[in-house]
Amino acid sequence: MWRDAMLVCGKDLRIELRTRVLLWQVVPFGILTLVLFALALGPSATALQRGAPGLLWLALLFASVLATTRSASIEAPEGTRASIRLLGLDAGGVFLGKAAALAVQLLAIAAVLELGLLVFFHVNAARLGIASPLELCALAALAAVGTLYGAVVAGTDVAGTLLPLLVLPALAPVLIAGEKGTAAVLAGGGPGRWAIVLAVMAVAYLAVGTLLYGALEEPS
Amino acid sequence: MAPAVSLRAAVALLGQFPVLAGVDLDVEEGSVAAVLGPNGAGKTSLLFLVAGLLPMRSGTGRVLGCDLFGDRRDLRQKVGLLGHSPALYPELSATENLSFGLRAMRRPVADARAALERVGLTGRLATTPARTLSAGQSRRMGLAWLLARRPALWLLDEPHAGLDVPGRDLCDDVIEQAALGGATVLLTSHDPERAAKVSNQVVQLAGGAVVAASDGQRSPRVA
Repeated sequence: MWRDAMLVCGKDLRIELRTRVLLWQVVPFGILTLVLFALALGPSATALQRGAPGLLWLALLFASVLATTRSASIEAPEGTRASIRLLGLDAGGVFLGKAAALAVQLLAIAAVLELGLLVFFHVNAARLGIASPLELCALAALAAVGTLYGAVVAGTDVAGTLLPLLVLPALAPVLIAGEKGTAAVLAGGGPGRWAIVLAVMAVAYLAVGTLLYGALEEPS
Repeated sequence: MAPAVSLRAAVALLGQFPVLAGVDLDVEEGSVAAVLGPNGAGKTSLLFLVAGLLPMRSGTGRVLGCDLFGDRRDLRQKVGLLGHSPALYPELSATENLSFGLRAMRRPVADARAALERVGLTGRLATTPARTLSAGQSRRMGLAWLLARRPALWLLDEPHAGLDVPGRDLCDDVIEQAALGGATVLLTSHDPERAAKVSNQVVQLAGGAVVAASDGQRSPRVA
């Protein structure tokens, strides 16, 4: 399972490096979202700083939907799906590999968005750090949910519109915990229990995805 | 010896529609069988059923010793499919696609190069993204994949489609070599003459069922 996970993760990341969809579409979308949020809040530094944690995670959530849609589309063509199923890859390994690749991409997006916080929201994002436990757990949960629901809608004609409808409600708990933990860090404290909550969510989503992915890929 | 493929009254559905409505078919191991029929006859669905990719709704079916009701996952690793649409990943090159597949199947990655050379995909054609290849070149890539992974059962959906004359001759040669090597080949075609030439048996499919069967022109394999 782990070997297959690494193989699939490497493949997805190679495809992303080749196509640069993240760089030219998803990251600009995330930045644009932050800019629009900042414009909506107005010039008040207080309002911007107060809204920063929630809006960071909201922007990350929206960007993750795009990244998830892209990840799911890699295996969307029927010929590709059929060929992959004939390879005999471990279904759990495929799930973990795709989720890992998606998580790496989300980490890159998060890094850029934190820079955006500094520029547009006057927030000292250095406190958040890149790849903090809070962030890693949240991104793992985002990636797991996205990959799982990506398999649900794969091959349908309405994947592009159905996926956000499925993913966003499932990620609401991540949004809440991420916002709370980030707000606590920016206030000078630690993420506290919110990092633990996100870790539990990440483990739960990854476990469910590993168990269910094979069944989702199998036509009944 | 049991047939490589044995179907009795096989029924398969796509949604509620019976794409296969009671197929009876036997394909001996090491032989080549051609399935002909009009559009919508169920030829592609038959290949997907035999590959273990389409669930069987009723009837009985055994492919390479695997029960189509129970052992579909075990069956899939023994089967190679050349479908209508390009397989694998258009963003990766032919070499990268084959290498990925071979690594997934725990096979030597070095086999990819030899297979691509066999079908004439060398130099830039082997390293450029697969989406830039022509339809015929994509087809050749699909054949290369089968050559590299060497499955026990080859399922070819209109293998000559999109190929130029040398490509079609190459395809026939690959089919013959596969059968001589002990593989079983099941192919669909809209070219009855060429299909009969390379096959031991020819089956006519219509409305999801076999309506006629005849011998092909390929000599039976001597055990």
